[in-house]
Amino acid sequence: MSLAGFEVEVQRSKDDGGVVTEDMTLSMGPQHPSTHGVLRFVIRADGEVMKEAIPDIGYLHRSIEKIAEKVGWHGFIPYTDRVDYVAAMFCNHGWSFACEQLAGIEVPKRAEYCRVIADELCRIHSHLLSVGSMAMDIGAFTPFTHAIREREYLNDLFEELCGARLTFHYMRIGGVGWDLPTGWIDKLSHFLDRFEPLVDEYDRLISFNKIFVERLAGVAPVTAEEAIDFNLVGPNLRASGVRYDVRKDEPYSVYPELEFDVPIGTGEKGIVGDCFDRYIVRMREMRESCRILRQCITQIPDGPVIAKVPRNLKPPAGDVYVRLESARGDMGWYVVSDGTAFPHRCKIRTGSFSAISIVPKISRNLMIADLIAVIASLDLVAPEIDR
Amino acid sequence: MADLVQSLFAEATWVHYLVVALLFGAIVVFGLVLPIAGITTWVERRIMGRMQSRIGPNRVGPAGFLQWLADGIKNMLKEDIVPTAADGPLFRFAPYVVMVGFVGTFAVLPFTSALIIADLNVGILYVTAVTALVVVGILMAGWASNNKWSLLGGIRSAAQIVSYEIPAGLSIFPIVMLTGSLSMQEIIKLQGWAPWSWNLFANPFAFVAFFIFFVSALAEGNRTPFDLPEAESELVAGFATEYSGMRNLLFFMAEWGNLYVIGAIVTTLFLGGWQIPFTFESKVVQHLLEFATFFLKAYGVGVLVPIWLRWTLPRIRVDQMMSMCWKYLVPIAFVNLIGTAAWMIWSPVWLQVVTRMVLVVSAAAATMMFAHRVVYHLEYAKLTRAHLLFNPLATTRSPG
Repeated sequence: MSLAGFEVEVQRSKDDGGVVTEDMTLSMGPQHPSTHGVLRFVIRADGEVMKEAIPDIGYLHRSIEKIAEKVGWHGFIPYTDRVDYVAAMFCNHGWSFACEQLAGIEVPKRAEYCRVIADELCRIHSHLLSVGSMAMDIGAFTPFTHAIREREYLNDLFEELCGARLTFHYMRIGGVGWDLPTGWIDKLSHFLDRFEPLVDEYDRLISFNKIFVERLAGVAPVTAEEAIDFNLVGPNLRASGVRYDVRKDEPYSVYPELEFDVPIGTGEKGIVGDCFDRYIVRMREMRESCRILRQCITQIPDGPVIAKVPRNLKPPAGDVYVRLESARGDMGWYVVSDGTAFPHRCKIRTGSFSAISIVPKISRNLMIADLIAVIASLDLVAPEIDR
Repeated sequence: MADLVQSLFAEATWVHYLVVALLFGAIVVFGLVLPIAGITTWVERRIMGRMQSRIGPNRVGPAGFLQWLADGIKNMLKEDIVPTAADGPLFRFAPYVVMVGFVGTFAVLPFTSALIIADLNVGILYVTAVTALVVVGILMAGWASNNKWSLLGGIRSAAQIVSYEIPAGLSIFPIVMLTGSLSMQEIIKLQGWAPWSWNLFANPFAFVAFFIFFVSALAEGNRTPFDLPEAESELVAGFATEYSGMRNLLFFMAEWGNLYVIGAIVTTLFLGGWQIPFTFESKVVQHLLEFATFFLKAYGVGVLVPIWLRWTLPRIRVDQMMSMCWKYLVPIAFVNLIGTAAWMIWSPVWLQVVTRMVLVVSAAAATMMFAHRVVYHLEYAKLTRAHLLFNPLATTRSPG
C-alpha cells in the first residue's frame, strides 16, 4: 500500500479463529501535538503496538545552505539563527568560527568568553525546552510550564544581550556584536543562584517520579556500538555511555581553560542508553553549564570584543570543516571559499538529522505511546533536520 | 417524587408524572449539573494556573469566575462540524449517550436527608450501571468519527472503563456487606457525623477499599494518570478529535461533572455523607447544613484531589494501566471482599473498636504530617523565592 510516497507493507494474517486481520497504517504528523515542529511518521501498527515507524522529513526545508552562496560572508549570520531556532547561538558560533578559520582571523579573548557564556546559556535554554516538552509528552504538563518560566528569564537576559529573544544574531565574524551590557554579569549570576536550586526542584517534581521513570526506563535502549554506527552525537551519544564531547575531545574557543565534567548515561533506572538516560544526561548537562558559566564570570578578561575584519571579506580560496558542541551534539560546518565575496559552498551537519535515522530501528515493537517518548528523548528539532 | 405529584394534583395521571419528571430533570440539569461542571472548569484552571506559576483565566468576571459561561456560550455558537466520512447519526448521538450516563447518576445522589430525587433500593447498583453508559458513548464517538486516532482513543477507553469497573464494583461490596443495603440513604444513615463512625474506618479492609475505589473511579473518569483515551500528546484528542462546538463541550462537561459524581459516591460510601452532629428546629437550616457538609466533602475528595493529581502526575502507558488493574487492584479487591466477610463474622467487639480508633488516629496523624509538610514548603518558598509566590485570587501578577 502506498501512503503519500511511502510503500508501507500491509500484512494480512489469519488468527486462530480464521479471521483475517490487517495492520493499521497511521500517519502521525505533520500536524500532531508531539512531533515538535512539522515532522511526520508513517506508522504501521497492530493495535497499539507499532511494527514500523518511518520518519518523513522535509516539511521545513528552506534551502539555508544554498542561501549561503547568495548572501555573502557577513550576511549569512542572521540566516544561521534559523538553522536551529531552539539553540541559535551555536549556529551563529559555527558559521563565525568557520569563516575565521578560512580567513585566518584571530578572535579577541573577551569575545571568546562572551561566546562561551552565550553558548552555555543557550544550552540551558535548549535543554530546558527539551526536558520540559518531554515531561509534557509523557503527560505531565506542570514541569513544562516551570521549564518555560525559567526560559523566560533567559529570554530576558538574551534580549538585553543582543536585542532578540529567539533568533539572536549575536556573533559576528571575528567576535561578537556587542559587549556584555553594564550590570548584565550580575543579572547572570543572580539567575544562576536562582536556577541551580530549581534544577533540584525539577528533579523532585518529575525526574524521579515513579510513573515518569516507569514510562522511560528500559524503553528503546541504544547500545554504545549502535549509537556510534548510527552516528548519534551529543547527549544522545553520551546517554549510551560513550564519553565524547567536542568541548573536551577537540577543544575550541576557551573551553580548555574551563573545568567541567561530561555526564554519561549509566542505566541507573533501566538499561544504558534508554530514554531515561537520555533525559537525565540533559538534566546533568544543565548543571555543568551552570558550572562553566560561573567560571566564565570570574575569568572573563577586559579588552575588545571584535577583531578588525574587512567589511568586504574575501577569504582565500580553500575549505574548512569546523565542529562545535551544540545543544544537540557535534555540529559540523563545511565551508568552501573560492576567494570571492560569496561562499562557494556550505554544508551543515546537525545532530537531529542523524538522531532521526535511528528511530525506525529502536521503535520496532514498541507501543505508540513509547514512540512519543523516543521522539522527545532524542530531542528532535524539525528545522535542524531539514535546514 | 410520587408524593409530591399526588399532593399537587388531585387526580394525578401519567401526564402529570411525566411533566413533573421533565421539569424536575430540567431543574437538576440546569440548576445543579451545569453549574457544577462549569464552575469546576474554572476551579481547575485557576488551581492549575497557580501550580504552574501563572494566573489562569482572569478576564471574564471577578478573578475570571464567569469564564465558564463565556466558554459555554462560545461553544454553543460554534459550527457543529460532522466530517463527510463520519457515520452521521452515530456521530451526532454519541455525546448525548455520554451525557445521559453522567446526568443519570444525579438521580440517586443524596444531597441531604430529604433532598434526593429517587432513593432507589438498588441505588449504588444503579450508579454503577448508569455510569457504564459512558463507555458506550465514547466507543460510539471513536468509531463514528472515522478517524484512526479517535478509534484508538475509543478502544483504550472501552478497555479501561470495563477493566476498572471490576475493582470499583468489588470495593463497593464491603460497604454493602457492612450496611446490608444498596440504598444510598441507608448507607449514610448507618454512619455518623464523626470520622470514627465513618465506613472508611470501619475495618482495615474498608480502609483499603476506599483507595481502590478512588483509583478505579479516577480511571473510569478518564483523569490523569489514567487519561489515556484523550491523551493529547499521543492521540491528538482521542475520541473527541473530530468533535467541535457544543458536542465537544458535552464530552468535557461530562468529564468535569463526573469528578463531582465520584466525590459524591465516595462521600456516600465511605465518608459519612451528609451527617452533621446537631439537629435543628428549622428544617431549612438543617438541610442547608447537610447540603453544605455533603457538598464540601464531595468537592474536596472528588474535585480538588483529582485536580491536584492531574497537574502533578504524568500519564501511564496502556499496558501499565491494564497490568495495574488486573494484577494488583482486582486481587486486592477480592481479598478485601473476603476479608470483610471474615471480619464481620469473627472479629470480637473490642477488636472492632480498637481497630477503628487505630485507623482514625493513624489517618489523623498522616493528615497532620501532610499539612505540616505543606506549611513547611510554603514557609521555605517564602524565604527563598518570594517572587514566585502570589495571591491565588490575584488577577494580575506583580513584577517579580
